[in-house]
Amino acid sequence: MGPICEFYKTTVGKKIVAAVTGALLFLFLVAHMVGNLKAFAGIDPATGMYKLDVYARFLREFGHMVLGYSGVLWLTRIGLLVVFVIHVVTVIQLTLRNRAAGGGSYAKNRYLSSTVASRTMAIGGLILLAYVIYHILHFTTGTLHFHGFKHGHVYANAYNAFQVWWVVLIYCVAMVILGLHLYHGLWSLFQTLGLDGPRTNRPLRCLAGVLAVVIALGFMAVPLGFASGILPAPTTQVTTQTALLR
Amino acid sequence: MKLTLYIWRQKNSSTKGSFERFQMDDVSPDMSFLEMLDVLNEKLLVEGKEPVAFDHDCREGICGACSLVINGQAHGPMERTTACQLHMRKFNDGDTIYIEPWRAKAFPVVKDLIVDRSAFDRIIQAGGYISVPTGSAPEANNIPISKDDADLAMDAAACIGCGACVAACPNGSAMLFTAAKVSHLAILPQGAPERHRRVKAMIERMDSEGFGGCTNHGECQKACPKGISIKFISLMNREYIKANLASLARDKGEVTAQ
Ligand code: HEM
Ligand code: FES
Repeated sequence: MGPICEFYKTTVGKKIVAAVTGALLFLFLVAHMVGNLKAFAGIDPATGMYKLDVYARFLREFGHMVLGYSGVLWLTRIGLLVVFVIHVVTVIQLTLRNRAAGGGSYAKNRYLSSTVASRTMAIGGLILLAYVIYHILHFTTGTLHFHGFKHGHVYANAYNAFQVWWVVLIYCVAMVILGLHLYHGLWSLFQTLGLDGPRTNRPLRCLAGVLAVVIALGFMAVPLGFASGILPAPTTQVTTQTALLR
Repeated sequence: MKLTLYIWRQKNSSTKGSFERFQMDDVSPDMSFLEMLDVLNEKLLVEGKEPVAFDHDCREGICGACSLVINGQAHGPMERTTACQLHMRKFNDGDTIYIEPWRAKAFPVVKDLIVDRSAFDRIIQAGGYISVPTGSAPEANNIPISKDDADLAMDAAACIGCGACVAACPNGSAMLFTAAKVSHLAILPQGAPERHRRVKAMIERMDSEGFGGCTNHGECQKACPKGISIKFISLMNREYIKANLASLARDKGEVTAQ
Protein backbone atom coordinates (compact mmCIF):
# COMPACT_ATOMS: atom_id res chain seq x y z
CA MET A 1 0.00 0.00 0.00
CA GLY A 2 1.46 3.32 -1.06
CA PRO A 3 2.01 6.09 1.47
CA ILE A 4 -0.79 8.17 -0.06
CA CYS A 5 -3.32 5.35 0.28
CA GLU A 6 -2.18 4.77 3.83
CA PHE A 7 -2.65 8.46 4.56
CA TYR A 8 -6.09 8.66 2.92
CA LYS A 9 -7.29 5.53 4.74
CA THR A 10 -7.21 7.24 8.16
CA THR A 11 -9.83 9.66 9.45
CA VAL A 12 -7.13 12.27 10.06
CA GLY A 13 -5.76 11.92 6.53
CA LYS A 14 -9.23 12.22 5.03
CA LYS A 15 -9.94 15.24 7.17
CA ILE A 16 -6.78 16.92 5.90
CA VAL A 17 -7.86 16.18 2.32
CA ALA A 18 -11.27 17.76 3.10
CA ALA A 19 -9.53 20.82 4.53
CA VAL A 20 -7.19 21.34 1.56
CA THR A 21 -9.93 20.81 -1.05
CA GLY A 22 -12.28 23.03 1.01
CA ALA A 23 -9.68 25.80 1.03
CA LEU A 24 -9.25 25.51 -2.76
CA LEU A 25 -13.02 25.67 -3.25
CA PHE A 26 -13.10 28.76 -1.07
CA LEU A 27 -10.46 30.46 -3.25
CA PHE A 28 -12.61 29.69 -6.29
CA LEU A 29 -15.62 31.21 -4.54
CA VAL A 30 -13.75 34.47 -3.93
CA ALA A 31 -12.81 34.77 -7.61
CA HIS A 32 -16.33 33.80 -8.71
CA MET A 33 -17.94 36.36 -6.43
CA VAL A 34 -15.69 39.18 -7.63
CA GLY A 35 -16.53 38.23 -11.23
CA ASN A 36 -20.28 38.25 -10.49
CA LEU A 37 -20.10 41.69 -8.94
CA LYS A 38 -19.16 43.01 -12.38
CA ALA A 39 -22.93 42.97 -12.95
CA PHE A 40 -22.89 46.29 -11.08
CA ALA A 41 -20.18 47.75 -13.38
CA GLY A 42 -22.66 48.69 -16.12
CA ILE A 43 -21.77 49.04 -19.82
CA ASP A 44 -18.24 49.06 -21.21
CA PRO A 45 -17.94 52.23 -23.35
CA ALA A 46 -15.29 50.70 -25.63
CA THR A 47 -17.38 47.77 -26.88
CA GLY A 48 -20.87 48.90 -25.87
CA MET A 49 -21.33 45.58 -24.08
CA TYR A 50 -22.17 44.86 -20.47
CA LYS A 51 -18.96 44.57 -18.44
CA LEU A 52 -20.31 41.25 -17.12
CA ASP A 53 -20.54 39.91 -20.67
CA VAL A 54 -17.09 41.22 -21.51
CA TYR A 55 -15.75 39.39 -18.48
CA ALA A 56 -17.45 36.17 -19.56
CA ARG A 57 -15.80 36.49 -22.97
CA PHE A 58 -12.46 37.21 -21.35
CA LEU A 59 -12.70 33.93 -19.45
CA ARG A 60 -13.19 32.09 -22.75
CA GLU A 61 -10.55 33.98 -24.69
CA PHE A 62 -7.90 33.99 -21.97
CA GLY A 63 -4.84 32.10 -23.22
CA HIS A 64 -6.47 31.19 -26.55
CA MET A 65 -3.10 31.57 -28.32
CA VAL A 66 -1.85 28.60 -26.35
CA LEU A 67 -4.86 26.43 -25.61
CA GLY A 68 -7.47 27.71 -28.06
CA TYR A 69 -10.87 29.30 -27.40
CA SER A 70 -12.19 28.25 -23.95
CA GLY A 71 -9.07 26.10 -23.42
CA VAL A 72 -8.04 27.65 -20.13
CA LEU A 73 -11.67 27.78 -19.03
CA TRP A 74 -12.11 24.06 -19.60
CA LEU A 75 -8.87 23.26 -17.84
CA THR A 76 -10.03 25.26 -14.84
CA ARG A 77 -13.45 23.60 -14.94
CA ILE A 78 -11.88 20.13 -14.95
CA GLY A 79 -9.56 21.09 -12.10
CA LEU A 80 -12.47 22.46 -10.08
CA LEU A 81 -14.58 19.40 -10.76
CA VAL A 82 -11.79 17.12 -9.55
CA VAL A 83 -11.32 19.16 -6.37
CA PHE A 84 -15.08 19.29 -5.77
CA VAL A 85 -15.55 15.56 -6.29
CA ILE A 86 -12.63 14.77 -3.94
CA HIS A 87 -14.13 17.06 -1.28
CA VAL A 88 -17.59 15.55 -1.57
CA VAL A 89 -16.47 11.90 -1.70
CA THR A 90 -14.08 12.37 1.23
CA VAL A 91 -16.60 14.09 3.49
CA ILE A 92 -19.34 11.60 2.65
CA GLN A 93 -17.00 8.73 3.62
CA LEU A 94 -16.10 10.56 6.83
CA THR A 95 -19.70 11.38 7.68
CA LEU A 96 -20.83 7.77 7.22
CA ARG A 97 -17.97 6.59 9.46
CA ASN A 98 -18.80 9.17 12.10
CA ARG A 99 -22.50 8.27 12.08
CA ALA A 100 -21.60 4.62 12.60
CA ALA A 101 -19.17 5.39 15.44
CA GLY A 102 -21.50 7.47 17.60
CA GLY A 103 -23.46 5.53 20.17
CA GLY A 104 -26.80 7.26 19.62
CA SER A 105 -28.11 10.20 21.56
CA TYR A 106 -28.58 10.60 25.29
CA ALA A 107 -31.95 11.03 27.00
CA LYS A 108 -31.18 14.69 27.41
CA ASN A 109 -28.75 15.84 24.74
CA ARG A 110 -26.92 18.95 25.72
CA TYR A 111 -24.48 20.71 23.40
CA LEU A 112 -21.85 22.82 25.10
CA SER A 113 -19.75 24.10 22.24
CA SER A 114 -20.85 22.79 18.85
CA THR A 115 -22.74 25.25 16.66
CA VAL A 116 -25.65 25.02 14.23
CA ALA A 117 -23.00 25.42 11.53
CA SER A 118 -20.85 22.54 12.78
CA ARG A 119 -23.83 20.21 13.18
CA THR A 120 -25.18 20.92 9.68
CA MET A 121 -21.96 20.46 7.68
CA ALA A 122 -23.16 17.21 6.08
CA ILE A 123 -26.79 18.09 5.37
CA GLY A 124 -25.87 21.66 4.39
CA GLY A 125 -23.12 20.27 2.16
CA LEU A 126 -25.57 17.94 0.42
CA ILE A 127 -27.92 20.87 -0.21
CA LEU A 128 -24.95 22.80 -1.65
CA LEU A 129 -24.20 19.84 -3.92
CA ALA A 130 -27.78 19.92 -5.23
CA TYR A 131 -27.52 23.68 -5.60
CA VAL A 132 -24.28 23.53 -7.58
CA ILE A 133 -25.84 21.03 -10.02
CA TYR A 134 -28.93 23.25 -10.37
CA HIS A 135 -26.78 26.36 -10.80
CA ILE A 136 -24.75 24.83 -13.65
CA LEU A 137 -27.88 23.59 -15.43
CA HIS A 138 -29.36 27.05 -14.88
CA PHE A 139 -26.72 29.53 -16.02
CA THR A 140 -24.02 27.48 -17.76
CA THR A 141 -26.02 25.09 -19.93
CA GLY A 142 -29.35 26.92 -19.71
CA THR A 143 -31.23 23.63 -19.35
CA LEU A 144 -33.20 24.80 -16.32
CA HIS A 145 -33.42 28.45 -17.40
CA PHE A 146 -37.05 28.85 -18.46
CA HIS A 147 -37.13 32.60 -19.02
CA GLY A 148 -35.32 33.32 -22.26
CA PHE A 149 -31.76 31.93 -22.11
CA LYS A 150 -29.21 32.93 -24.77
CA HIS A 151 -25.58 31.71 -24.62
CA GLY A 152 -23.12 34.54 -24.01
CA HIS A 153 -25.74 37.06 -22.82
CA VAL A 154 -24.79 36.75 -19.20
CA TYR A 155 -26.32 40.02 -18.02
CA ALA A 156 -29.62 39.44 -19.84
CA ASN A 157 -29.83 35.82 -18.66
CA ALA A 158 -29.30 36.86 -15.07
CA TYR A 159 -31.80 39.70 -15.38
CA ASN A 160 -34.48 37.41 -16.81
CA ALA A 161 -33.85 34.68 -14.24
CA PHE A 162 -34.04 36.95 -11.24
CA GLN A 163 -37.36 38.50 -12.21
CA VAL A 164 -38.85 35.22 -10.93
CA TRP A 165 -39.33 35.23 -7.17
CA TRP A 166 -38.63 31.54 -6.56
CA VAL A 167 -35.34 31.67 -8.46
CA VAL A 168 -34.24 34.57 -6.25
CA LEU A 169 -35.35 32.58 -3.20
CA ILE A 170 -33.37 29.47 -4.23
CA TYR A 171 -30.23 31.54 -4.68
CA CYS A 172 -30.60 33.43 -1.40
CA VAL A 173 -31.34 30.30 0.66
CA ALA A 174 -28.38 28.51 -0.93
CA MET A 175 -26.10 31.41 -0.01
CA VAL A 176 -27.25 31.37 3.64
CA ILE A 177 -26.42 27.65 3.73
CA LEU A 178 -23.06 28.35 2.06
CA GLY A 179 -22.35 31.03 4.66
CA LEU A 180 -23.04 28.56 7.49
CA HIS A 181 -20.83 25.94 5.81
CA LEU A 182 -18.00 28.43 5.50
CA TYR A 183 -18.40 29.77 9.04
CA HIS A 184 -17.50 26.36 10.43
CA GLY A 185 -15.30 25.21 7.55
CA LEU A 186 -12.98 28.20 7.32
CA TRP A 187 -12.06 27.95 10.99
CA SER A 188 -12.11 24.17 11.03
CA LEU A 189 -9.55 23.90 8.27
CA PHE A 190 -6.92 25.67 10.36
CA GLN A 191 -7.57 23.27 13.23
CA THR A 192 -7.40 20.32 10.85
CA LEU A 193 -4.12 21.46 9.32
CA GLY A 194 -2.62 21.94 12.77
CA LEU A 195 -2.40 25.72 12.52
CA ASP A 196 -4.79 26.70 15.33
CA GLY A 197 -4.16 27.12 19.05
CA PRO A 198 -5.70 28.98 22.01
CA ARG A 199 -4.11 32.28 20.98
CA THR A 200 -5.15 32.13 17.32
CA ASN A 201 -8.58 30.61 17.97
CA ARG A 202 -10.60 33.76 18.54
CA PRO A 203 -9.13 35.77 15.64
CA LEU A 204 -9.51 32.78 13.29
CA ARG A 205 -13.14 32.22 14.27
CA CYS A 206 -13.85 35.92 13.76
CA LEU A 207 -12.10 35.84 10.39
CA ALA A 208 -14.19 32.81 9.35
CA GLY A 209 -17.36 34.65 10.38
CA VAL A 210 -16.45 37.80 8.46
CA LEU A 211 -15.45 35.87 5.33
CA ALA A 212 -18.62 33.75 5.49
CA VAL A 213 -20.81 36.89 5.69
CA VAL A 214 -18.86 38.69 2.93
CA ILE A 215 -19.12 35.68 0.60
CA ALA A 216 -22.82 35.06 1.29
CA LEU A 217 -23.80 38.74 0.93
CA GLY A 218 -21.48 39.25 -2.05
CA PHE A 219 -23.20 36.44 -3.96
CA MET A 220 -26.68 37.49 -2.83
CA ALA A 221 -26.14 41.06 -4.04
CA VAL A 222 -26.57 40.07 -7.69
CA PRO A 223 -29.96 38.27 -7.51
CA LEU A 224 -31.25 40.90 -5.07
CA GLY A 225 -29.91 43.68 -7.33
CA PHE A 226 -31.81 42.32 -10.31
CA ALA A 227 -34.96 41.54 -8.33
CA SER A 228 -35.12 44.98 -6.72
CA GLY A 229 -34.54 46.89 -9.95
CA ILE A 230 -31.21 48.38 -8.86
CA LEU A 231 -29.75 46.56 -11.87
CA PRO A 232 -31.80 47.75 -14.89
CA ALA A 233 -33.32 45.60 -17.64
CA PRO A 234 -30.90 44.99 -20.54
CA THR A 235 -31.41 47.37 -23.45
CA THR A 236 -32.06 45.65 -26.79
CA GLN A 237 -29.28 47.66 -28.42
CA VAL A 238 -26.63 46.35 -26.07
CA THR A 239 -27.95 42.83 -26.35
CA THR A 240 -27.70 42.74 -30.14
CA GLN A 241 -24.22 44.18 -29.95
CA THR A 242 -23.16 41.37 -27.64
CA ALA A 243 -24.55 38.91 -30.14
CA LEU A 244 -22.69 40.52 -33.04
CA LEU A 245 -19.39 40.48 -31.20
CA ARG A 246 -19.59 36.82 -30.30
CA MET B 1 -33.21 15.94 49.31
CA LYS B 2 -35.75 14.01 47.28
CA LEU B 3 -34.63 12.90 43.84
CA THR B 4 -36.08 10.94 40.94
CA LEU B 5 -33.45 8.90 39.14
CA TYR B 6 -33.72 7.35 35.69
CA ILE B 7 -30.85 4.89 35.46
CA TRP B 8 -29.83 2.92 32.37
CA ARG B 9 -30.12 -0.83 33.02
CA GLN B 10 -28.60 -3.29 30.56
CA LYS B 11 -27.73 -6.93 31.22
CA ASN B 12 -24.79 -7.14 28.78
CA SER B 13 -23.52 -5.91 25.44
CA SER B 14 -25.80 -8.17 23.44
CA THR B 15 -29.09 -7.18 25.08
CA LYS B 16 -31.02 -3.96 24.72
CA GLY B 17 -31.13 -1.67 27.70
CA SER B 18 -33.74 0.72 29.06
CA PHE B 19 -34.22 3.25 31.83
CA GLU B 20 -35.41 2.20 35.28
CA ARG B 21 -36.97 4.73 37.60
CA PHE B 22 -35.83 5.01 41.23
CA GLN B 23 -37.17 7.29 43.93
CA MET B 24 -34.60 8.58 46.47
CA ASP B 25 -36.12 10.17 49.55
CA ASP B 26 -33.23 10.94 51.84
CA VAL B 27 -30.21 12.20 49.93
CA SER B 28 -27.73 14.37 51.84
CA PRO B 29 -26.34 17.34 49.88
CA ASP B 30 -22.90 16.41 51.30
CA MET B 31 -22.84 13.05 49.54
CA SER B 32 -20.80 12.62 46.43
CA PHE B 33 -22.67 11.41 43.36
CA LEU B 34 -21.19 7.93 43.70
CA GLU B 35 -22.09 7.76 47.42
CA MET B 36 -25.65 8.52 46.44
CA LEU B 37 -25.50 5.50 44.09
CA ASP B 38 -23.96 3.42 46.93
CA VAL B 39 -26.96 4.27 49.11
CA LEU B 40 -29.30 3.24 46.31
CA ASN B 41 -27.42 -0.04 45.84
CA GLU B 42 -27.55 -0.88 49.56
CA LYS B 43 -31.28 -0.39 49.46
CA LEU B 44 -31.57 -2.59 46.38
CA LEU B 45 -29.47 -5.33 48.03
CA VAL B 46 -31.66 -5.30 51.14
CA GLU B 47 -34.72 -5.60 48.90
CA GLY B 48 -33.06 -8.57 47.17
CA LYS B 49 -32.79 -6.73 43.85
CA GLU B 50 -29.88 -6.46 41.44
CA PRO B 51 -27.70 -3.42 42.34
CA VAL B 52 -26.78 -0.87 39.67
CA ALA B 53 -23.35 -1.63 38.17
CA PHE B 54 -21.08 1.39 37.78
CA ASP B 55 -17.32 1.91 37.40
CA HIS B 56 -15.23 3.63 40.06
CA ASP B 57 -11.88 3.31 41.76
CA CYS B 58 -9.99 6.24 43.29
CA ARG B 59 -13.00 8.48 43.91
CA GLU B 60 -10.63 11.42 43.96
CA GLY B 61 -10.66 12.42 40.31
CA ILE B 62 -7.35 10.92 39.23
CA CYS B 63 -7.88 7.39 37.96
CA GLY B 64 -10.45 7.95 35.24
CA ALA B 65 -12.58 4.93 36.17
CA CYS B 66 -15.88 6.68 36.89
CA SER B 67 -17.85 7.17 33.73
CA LEU B 68 -21.41 8.45 34.05
CA VAL B 69 -23.37 10.62 31.68
CA ILE B 70 -25.50 12.72 34.00
CA ASN B 71 -28.38 14.62 32.42
CA GLY B 72 -26.74 14.35 29.00
CA GLN B 73 -23.33 15.56 30.14
CA ALA B 74 -20.31 13.34 30.57
CA HIS B 75 -19.31 13.53 34.28
CA GLY B 76 -22.31 15.77 34.95
CA PRO B 77 -22.91 19.50 35.08
CA MET B 78 -19.72 20.68 36.78
CA GLU B 79 -16.85 21.77 34.56
CA ARG B 80 -13.48 20.08 35.01
CA THR B 81 -14.91 17.62 37.52
CA THR B 82 -15.17 13.84 37.39
CA ALA B 83 -18.44 12.20 38.42
CA CYS B 84 -16.79 10.96 41.63
CA GLN B 85 -15.90 14.53 42.62
CA LEU B 86 -19.38 15.84 41.91
CA HIS B 87 -21.49 16.47 44.99
CA MET B 88 -25.23 16.34 45.47
CA ARG B 89 -25.31 19.98 46.56
CA LYS B 90 -25.00 20.77 42.85
CA PHE B 91 -28.56 19.46 42.48
CA ASN B 92 -31.86 20.74 43.86
CA ASP B 93 -34.48 19.04 45.96
CA GLY B 94 -37.04 17.41 43.66
CA ASP B 95 -34.70 17.15 40.66
CA THR B 96 -35.00 14.41 38.07
CA ILE B 97 -31.62 12.99 37.04
CA TYR B 98 -30.88 10.80 34.02
CA ILE B 99 -27.83 8.55 34.42
CA GLU B 100 -26.44 6.78 31.37
CA PRO B 101 -23.25 4.99 30.31
CA TRP B 102 -20.76 6.44 27.80
CA ARG B 103 -22.35 5.87 24.41
CA ALA B 104 -20.01 5.05 21.51
CA LYS B 105 -19.64 2.09 19.19
CA ALA B 106 -16.08 1.50 20.35
CA PHE B 107 -17.19 1.38 24.02
CA PRO B 108 -19.66 -1.53 24.29
CA VAL B 109 -21.73 -1.68 27.46
CA VAL B 110 -20.56 -4.41 29.82
CA LYS B 111 -23.44 -4.00 32.25
CA ASP B 112 -25.70 -1.09 33.24
CA LEU B 113 -23.40 1.94 33.46
CA ILE B 114 -20.11 0.11 32.86
CA VAL B 115 -18.54 0.21 29.41
CA ASP B 116 -15.51 -1.59 28.02
CA ARG B 117 -12.78 0.99 27.43
CA SER B 118 -9.99 -1.43 26.55
CA ALA B 119 -9.85 0.18 23.08
CA PHE B 120 -7.97 3.02 24.80
CA ASP B 121 -5.37 0.56 26.13
CA ARG B 122 -4.84 -0.78 22.63
CA ILE B 123 -4.28 2.74 21.27
CA ILE B 124 -1.61 3.25 23.95
CA GLN B 125 -0.10 -0.14 23.12
CA ALA B 126 0.09 0.80 19.43
CA GLY B 127 2.23 3.78 20.46
CA GLY B 128 4.99 1.33 21.38
CA TYR B 129 8.17 2.07 23.25
CA ILE B 130 10.28 5.19 23.60
CA SER B 131 14.05 4.83 23.59
CA VAL B 132 15.32 5.87 27.01
CA PRO B 133 18.13 4.29 29.02
CA THR B 134 16.73 2.00 31.71
CA GLY B 135 18.35 1.18 34.99
CA SER B 136 18.72 3.62 37.84
CA ALA B 137 16.75 6.87 37.72
CA PRO B 138 18.48 9.40 35.45
CA GLU B 139 19.77 12.73 36.72
CA ALA B 140 16.79 15.10 36.44
CA ASN B 141 18.62 17.80 34.52
CA ASN B 142 20.50 15.55 32.08
CA ILE B 143 18.21 16.48 29.22
CA PRO B 144 17.39 20.20 29.22
CA ILE B 145 13.72 20.91 28.46
CA SER B 146 12.35 24.44 28.27
CA LYS B 147 9.78 25.42 30.87
CA ASP B 148 7.20 26.14 28.13
CA ASP B 149 7.61 22.67 26.65
CA ALA B 150 7.53 21.01 30.04
CA ASP B 151 4.30 22.85 30.92
CA LEU B 152 2.68 22.04 27.59
CA ALA B 153 3.62 18.37 27.83
CA MET B 154 2.21 18.32 31.37
CA ASP B 155 -1.09 19.84 30.17
CA ALA B 156 -1.40 16.97 27.68
CA ALA B 157 -0.27 14.37 30.20
CA ALA B 158 -3.07 15.45 32.56
CA CYS B 159 -5.37 13.12 30.58
CA ILE B 160 -6.70 10.39 32.88
CA GLY B 161 -8.11 8.32 30.00
CA CYS B 162 -11.68 8.33 31.31
CA GLY B 163 -13.25 8.51 27.85
CA ALA B 164 -15.55 11.48 28.52
CA CYS B 165 -14.30 13.00 25.25
CA VAL B 166 -15.60 10.01 23.30
CA ALA B 167 -18.87 10.04 25.24
CA ALA B 168 -19.46 13.74 24.51
CA CYS B 169 -18.48 13.59 20.83
CA PRO B 170 -21.39 13.27 18.40
CA ASN B 171 -19.02 11.21 16.20
CA GLY B 172 -17.82 8.92 18.98
CA SER B 173 -14.31 10.12 18.21
CA ALA B 174 -11.28 9.46 20.39
CA MET B 175 -9.26 12.30 18.91
CA LEU B 176 -8.82 14.24 22.15
CA PHE B 177 -7.57 11.19 24.05
CA THR B 178 -5.24 10.07 21.26
CA ALA B 179 -4.04 13.63 20.69
CA ALA B 180 -3.23 14.11 24.38
CA LYS B 181 -1.23 10.87 24.42
CA VAL B 182 0.58 11.63 21.13
CA SER B 183 1.26 15.23 22.15
CA HIS B 184 2.82 14.73 25.55
CA LEU B 185 5.52 12.58 23.98
CA ALA B 186 5.84 14.67 20.80
CA ILE B 187 6.64 17.79 22.82
CA LEU B 188 9.45 16.13 24.79
CA PRO B 189 12.89 15.02 23.53
CA GLN B 190 12.40 11.54 25.01
CA GLY B 191 10.80 9.36 22.38
CA ALA B 192 11.72 11.70 19.53
CA PRO B 193 13.31 8.92 17.40
CA GLU B 194 9.98 7.06 17.28
CA ARG B 195 7.72 10.08 16.89
CA HIS B 196 6.70 9.53 13.24
CA ARG B 197 6.05 5.83 13.64
CA ARG B 198 4.14 6.50 16.86
CA VAL B 199 1.64 9.07 15.60
CA LYS B 200 0.79 6.96 12.56
CA ALA B 201 0.38 3.76 14.53
CA MET B 202 -1.79 5.35 17.20
CA ILE B 203 -4.09 7.03 14.66
CA GLU B 204 -4.42 3.81 12.66
CA ARG B 205 -5.28 1.92 15.85
CA MET B 206 -7.80 4.58 16.87
CA ASP B 207 -9.55 4.18 13.52
CA SER B 208 -9.53 0.41 13.54
CA GLU B 209 -11.10 0.35 17.01
CA GLY B 210 -14.20 1.94 15.43
CA PHE B 211 -13.92 5.47 16.79
CA GLY B 212 -15.19 8.23 14.51
CA GLY B 213 -13.31 11.18 13.06
CA CYS B 214 -13.07 14.73 14.31
CA THR B 215 -15.37 17.41 12.89
CA ASN B 216 -14.19 20.09 15.31
CA HIS B 217 -17.40 20.45 17.32
CA GLY B 218 -15.26 20.98 20.43
CA GLU B 219 -17.66 19.07 22.73
CA CYS B 220 -14.75 16.91 23.99
CA GLN B 221 -12.77 19.75 25.57
CA LYS B 222 -15.90 20.96 27.40
CA ALA B 223 -16.56 17.49 28.78
CA CYS B 224 -12.95 16.76 29.74
CA PRO B 225 -12.58 16.70 33.54
CA LYS B 226 -8.97 17.78 33.11
CA GLY B 227 -9.74 20.61 30.68
CA ILE B 228 -7.54 19.20 27.90
CA SER B 229 -7.60 21.61 24.96
CA ILE B 230 -8.37 20.72 21.34
CA LYS B 231 -5.11 22.53 20.67
CA PHE B 232 -3.60 19.07 21.12
CA ILE B 233 -5.78 17.73 18.30
CA SER B 234 -4.34 20.46 16.14
CA LEU B 235 -0.87 19.49 17.34
CA MET B 236 -1.47 15.81 16.53
CA ASN B 237 -2.77 16.71 13.06
CA ARG B 238 0.42 18.65 12.45
CA GLU B 239 2.50 15.77 13.79
CA TYR B 240 0.65 13.42 11.43
CA ILE B 241 1.25 15.68 8.41
CA LYS B 242 4.96 15.89 9.29
CA ALA B 243 5.22 12.12 9.71
CA ASN B 244 3.68 11.53 6.29
CA LEU B 245 5.87 14.12 4.57
CA ALA B 246 8.89 12.55 6.21
CA SER B 247 8.00 9.07 4.99
CA LEU B 248 7.49 10.41 1.45
CA ALA B 249 10.95 11.95 1.54
CA ARG B 250 12.68 8.95 3.13
CA ASP B 251 14.83 6.74 0.93
CA LYS B 252 13.75 3.13 0.75
CA GLY B 253 16.27 0.28 0.67
CA GLU B 254 19.95 0.69 -0.07
CA VAL B 255 21.02 4.20 -1.02
CA THR B 256 23.25 4.07 -4.12
CA ALA B 257 25.52 6.66 -5.73
CA GLN B 258 23.51 9.03 -7.89
C1 HEM C 1 -19.33 25.19 -2.43
C2 HEM C 1 -18.18 24.87 -2.18
C3 HEM C 1 -17.67 24.31 -0.87
C4 HEM C 1 -16.73 24.90 -0.10
C5 HEM C 1 -16.06 26.22 -0.35
C6 HEM C 1 -16.51 24.04 1.03
C7 HEM C 1 -15.61 24.30 2.04
C8 HEM C 1 -15.38 23.49 3.11
C9 HEM C 1 -14.36 23.70 4.10
C10 HEM C 1 -13.37 24.86 4.13
C11 HEM C 1 -14.46 22.68 5.00
C12 HEM C 1 -13.61 22.50 6.25
C13 HEM C 1 -12.70 21.31 6.21
C14 HEM C 1 -12.20 21.06 7.61
O1 HEM C 1 -13.00 20.90 8.50
O2 HEM C 1 -11.00 21.07 7.82
C15 HEM C 1 -15.54 21.85 4.60
C16 HEM C 1 -15.97 20.75 5.29
C17 HEM C 1 -17.05 19.97 4.91
N1 HEM C 1 -17.72 20.04 3.70
FE1 HEM C 1 -17.51 21.47 2.32
N2 HEM C 1 -17.31 22.93 0.94
C18 HEM C 1 -18.05 23.04 -0.22
C19 HEM C 1 -18.97 22.15 -0.71
C20 HEM C 1 -19.40 21.02 -0.03
C21 HEM C 1 -20.35 20.07 -0.53
C22 HEM C 1 -21.04 20.14 -1.89
C23 HEM C 1 -20.50 19.14 0.43
C24 HEM C 1 -21.38 17.90 0.49
C25 HEM C 1 -21.66 17.03 -0.27
C26 HEM C 1 -19.67 19.49 1.54
C27 HEM C 1 -19.60 18.80 2.72
C28 HEM C 1 -18.72 19.08 3.73
C29 HEM C 1 -18.68 18.39 4.99
C30 HEM C 1 -19.62 17.25 5.44
C31 HEM C 1 -17.63 18.94 5.72
C32 HEM C 1 -17.21 18.57 7.12
C33 HEM C 1 -16.06 17.68 7.12
C34 HEM C 1 -15.69 17.49 8.54
O3 HEM C 1 -15.85 18.43 9.32
O4 HEM C 1 -15.22 16.41 8.86
N3 HEM C 1 -18.99 20.63 1.23
N4 HEM C 1 -16.08 22.34 3.44
S1 FES D 1 -13.23 7.19 40.42
FE1 FES D 1 -11.20 7.74 39.88
S2 FES D 1 -11.56 9.49 38.72
FE2 FES D 1 -13.55 9.09 39.43
